[in-house]
Amino acid sequence: MSTSSVSKGCFVFKPGAKKKKTVSLESYFTHGCEDAENSEVRFKLCQDLWDKIKTDTEILQDELNRKILDSLLDFTRKCSSTRKHSDWASQMRASEIPTAALVLGVNVPDHDMTFQSLSDLLQQSVTPHVASVQAKECGVLKHLMKKVLERLMGTVVAVDDEDEEETEQTDAYIHKSVHCSLGTLCDWYIAKTKKSSSGTPGKKRSSPVRDEQQQQQPPVVIIFKDLEAFNPRVLQDFILICSRYIERLPLMFIFGIATSPSTIQHMLPHSVSSLLCIELFQSLSCTQHLATVIDKLILTPKFPFKLNDKVMQVLISIFLYHDFSVRNFIKGLQLALLEHFHSQPLSVLCCRKQEALLHVTQLGHHNLERIRQLPSFKRYVEQQEAQEQVNLMTDDTHLKEVCQRLIKDLRKYHKNFYPILRCLHALTSSLPRYPLGKQIRELYLICLEKNVWENEDYQSAMKLLRMLAKDELIALLQKCAEILQPVKSKKMKNAFSQLEELLAKFKQLDAVAETASSVDDIITSPVKNLKKTDLFQLQKTLLELNESRRSKKLSPYEILRNEVLDFIDALVKSHLSSPEAQTLHEVCYYSLSATVRRHLNATPRTSIQAALSSPYYYLRNDSLKTEDGTVSNAAPDICIAYKLHLECGRLINLCDWLEAFSTVVSAAEGHDPESEHFGKVDEVKHARFIRAVSEIEFLGFIKSTKQKTDHVARLTWGGC
Amino acid sequence: MTTLLQHPGYEEEKLQRVAELLLCREVQAGTLLSLMGQPQQRCYPSIFIYGHRASGKSHVMNVLLKELELPHAVVSCVECVSAVLLFEQVLLSFFGCDAVSLLPRSPSLSDFVRIYRQQCSPSPAKQTRYIVMEKAELLRDTDANLLPALLRLQELVEDNVTVILLSEIVWDKFRPNTGCFEPLLLHFPDYSKGELQQILSQDRNPSYSAEFYSAYINILLGVFYSVCRDLRELRHLAALNFSKFCEPLSEGKVKETDTHKLWRNIEPHLKKAMQTVYLREVSSLQWEQIQQMDEKETGALRGLSAHTHVELPYYSKFLLIAAYLASYNPARTDKRFFLKHHGKIRKTNFMKKNEKTSNHLLGPKPFPLDRLLAIFYSVVDSRVAPTASIFSQISSLVTLQLLAQVSHDDQLDAPKYKCAVSLDFICAISRTVNFDIVKYLYDFL
Ligand SMILES: Nc1ncnc2c1ncn2[C@@H]1O[C@H](COP(=O)(O)OP(=O)(O)OP(=O)(O)O)[C@@H](O)[C@H]1O
Ligand SMILES: [Mg+2]
Repeated sequence: MSTSSVSKGCFVFKPGAKKKKTVSLESYFTHGCEDAENSEVRFKLCQDLWDKIKTDTEILQDELNRKILDSLLDFTRKCSSTRKHSDWASQMRASEIPTAALVLGVNVPDHDMTFQSLSDLLQQSVTPHVASVQAKECGVLKHLMKKVLERLMGTVVAVDDEDEEETEQTDAYIHKSVHCSLGTLCDWYIAKTKKSSSGTPGKKRSSPVRDEQQQQQPPVVIIFKDLEAFNPRVLQDFILICSRYIERLPLMFIFGIATSPSTIQHMLPHSVSSLLCIELFQSLSCTQHLATVIDKLILTPKFPFKLNDKVMQVLISIFLYHDFSVRNFIKGLQLALLEHFHSQPLSVLCCRKQEALLHVTQLGHHNLERIRQLPSFKRYVEQQEAQEQVNLMTDDTHLKEVCQRLIKDLRKYHKNFYPILRCLHALTSSLPRYPLGKQIRELYLICLEKNVWENEDYQSAMKLLRMLAKDELIALLQKCAEILQPVKSKKMKNAFSQLEELLAKFKQLDAVAETASSVDDIITSPVKNLKKTDLFQLQKTLLELNESRRSKKLSPYEILRNEVLDFIDALVKSHLSSPEAQTLHEVCYYSLSATVRRHLNATPRTSIQAALSSPYYYLRNDSLKTEDGTVSNAAPDICIAYKLHLECGRLINLCDWLEAFSTVVSAAEGHDPESEHFGKVDEVKHARFIRAVSEIEFLGFIKSTKQKTDHVARLTWGGC
Repeated sequence: MTTLLQHPGYEEEKLQRVAELLLCREVQAGTLLSLMGQPQQRCYPSIFIYGHRASGKSHVMNVLLKELELPHAVVSCVECVSAVLLFEQVLLSFFGCDAVSLLPRSPSLSDFVRIYRQQCSPSPAKQTRYIVMEKAELLRDTDANLLPALLRLQELVEDNVTVILLSEIVWDKFRPNTGCFEPLLLHFPDYSKGELQQILSQDRNPSYSAEFYSAYINILLGVFYSVCRDLRELRHLAALNFSKFCEPLSEGKVKETDTHKLWRNIEPHLKKAMQTVYLREVSSLQWEQIQQMDEKETGALRGLSAHTHVELPYYSKFLLIAAYLASYNPARTDKRFFLKHHGKIRKTNFMKKNEKTSNHLLGPKPFPLDRLLAIFYSVVDSRVAPTASIFSQISSLVTLQLLAQVSHDDQLDAPKYKCAVSLDFICAISRTVNFDIVKYLYDFL
């Protein structure tokens, strides 16, 4: 469990895995689950799907990291091999500590995984001696040393600290505790390397010379996961110490940097940074990372589970606006997945084709009724003939048959949807001003929302495409062909061959043009020159072009271009219709964006205020129900006190507040307003008031102030 | 050239060797020797040596103690994260491991003194024992009684022992206000240009003549002496650039004696080194690779500080902008900048002349969280719910050191922050979100 995420604050660490495993995951899932009938099946489906997504993302992450990790590995190897040369220059120059500055971007929660695989790789292929440290465990030099030593040597290191007493008493007898100095490490290293070079002589070695060298002197790598968070003094001192030992101990550092490499210079003065030999490594940007994840997990028919446009939008905006974290994006996907299978009984049909068809036959009457209630299904029914409508609404077996067909249709739809989506993206992503977005996720959102061709931007994109020069258009079409080629669906195969034919026609055009040797000057692209101009210019040129087109006779290229684009347009219209239009789309598409938002992007303050101002919302006690936002005087004391404080200015007179409180509370107790005791402050009311006020203070709405006696200051503004 | 060091009690040969190694430090070495006296004689209890970085303090002490084979312990104060390590190292070098094992857990100074006395009573020093403390300025941060005790250790342990403190800082900054035993002070002045030339010329490359190398050093000092007098650094630079200096020679274009041509070849190269490797913008490894590449390719290589671009989530950018505004605008001007209908605020009152243009010179001012959020909500262009992630973004900006928390970590209510980024940085950030920050800065009104 880690708290190194973007948030500081309170974290609850539940005690370790001591809990009894009697409560299985499944019973958590089934508990409170919508329609328990098939909850087991849904749980199973959900889990399988998540496992698949998880392994896929892990593979993906490994691939993405590979490049930068490889170059880092190269660097470590290079450093450890060039370490000792006997030539004059390397003797004379200062021995610096090789340091890799690894720039990872501000998405700190994602870094853990990168560092984990980095240290695994290092241990596999370069050196057994790798230690990672984090700023929060190394507030002072002593602790940094201790952590480094412990992780490298695998023993307990004594630091003379009172608070360490406890751990030591238990561990000191097991391990021989050693002193916390780099000298100790140095001795340990020398002993270790001597031992390993003398032992196991029969071991196979691939490249004897280099391996030999490395086996004798493998570098000691220390990874500083979050450089920015380190106390600069601690880091400076540590580097100073290390540089004293660099002759004997082949140390190497890796700095994990979240912002920019210039932080190194801000943190370390020249006298310290001159002890390092820093090389820079830049990792993939997180937006690219997200793009790949979306490409592999979302834009594929492989996973039956889908997000609708709103949910997708929530996840993407959390990423772009709040945290840049791909890990959190995937967590969000997981949440949506769970929620979908938990809350939608028909999600039993959200699985592979054969399974889904089987599950259709097993649907109970109850669930078939649910299908009949689905808006998309109702729409479908309305389009049928009268007799068929009756059959669908009454005959369960007939409904099952139809459902099987509809499920198959939905699958086919998805199979064709994504290739065409990619084609359209390929065609439009390089147009000036990106009418359909630069990233495929933007286009995808447009397509999810409604039929893309009804969008104005689609029209303007098509217009721009109709002005492309030949080579540009052909290049784009070739990309489309590449996308379509591997798709194993009949329709897409058809589309592919048609596209090939069209491309061949373009080639013929070339041949003809060559013989005729007439260069058509319209073919040179006006679009290209437009890219840098402003919107007004663009519109003007478009108009002019339209004019000239109308007046001129079309060239053979233009005729062909129109033909191709009509073809594309037809493809889009037949395959890229919005999922909302598909019958039974509710089975696969998760749409409760509010739930996702509430879980992922919590608003604690709003919830507290809601609880205080309308307690009924949480307590569900009928006596608390009120109209027009007032608080019933039967509400808990804190709610009453809160409500009263909203009516005050910046400073609140405690005495007045108490009076008002006591009046309201008396009314609740049913005292006669005319009676003598009404509104009198007795001890109990006084105590209740004090408790309510301190609770409000604890929640951070007021605080004590020295500005005026017997007053408290409000910390929130607005309210009444 | 070297006047022989002479002192009774030490072998002539050894002294000669010392003199050879301590070029340009004969005077200091001589003084030290006379302070130390003959090996068996008692020496002054503590000596304080100060001088700038790489002025040869450690070098002189090491050479003297090693070459003259005197019993000594060298301890670096950076390394002594706790006093225990100091005690251990001293006991180890003087009495061996057995003595170390006698130290109790978390030993105090008096434990150390007790064990020292116990160990030296059967074998009192025949020769003065020396304890050399490097980077002694750090002793000021440790236990208050450690430094005074070390200064009069001789008296405490009743042994012939001398503590030598090496520091870059003058003694006046050490003296505890309770007073203490005054050590003898010895200053190591900076090396002059001529002395640097002499010392650096010593380590010539064996495959070239001494004159040739000396000429090289002369050129090197010509370029670097004005910015760097650090012997270590100069030696490093000399090693890195020597191959380039020899290039025309190995290509057969120039003769060894043609200093002018050699100078023309190397000077621009050294100037470039001054802006890159010397500042550690480019690592020495990369610098060596560059030398083998063509001129054209080297253009692509950017130094560390050239990478300042930081990609941030959208709201983090606005939070940072808000923080910058809160840090550099006086709080009373917020109304004018962020209220749509701020009414008439009198110009003369608003513009306090002395305040004008000085905010950026004075640096960022702390501001409370409330003000940050208020400004944030008025600069961000859409409605933003006060979600937990907005708040956590503030603390991640602190972790990334783009904001600095001024109030203490434990203070939960009304924390205060400062913006820690430069004007250039914030302008670049604002540009990416189409926010014209200069319009909102009081200094640029
Ligand atoms: N007179 C000299 N002759 C030869 N080499 C020298 C001389 N003086 C200094 N050096 C060399 O310069 C380098 C730096 O010197 P030294 O370590 O003694 O500096 P210092 O004064 O101890 O610096 P610091 O304050 O940083 O510890 C050493 O490598 C040393 O060998
Ligand atoms: Mg020194």
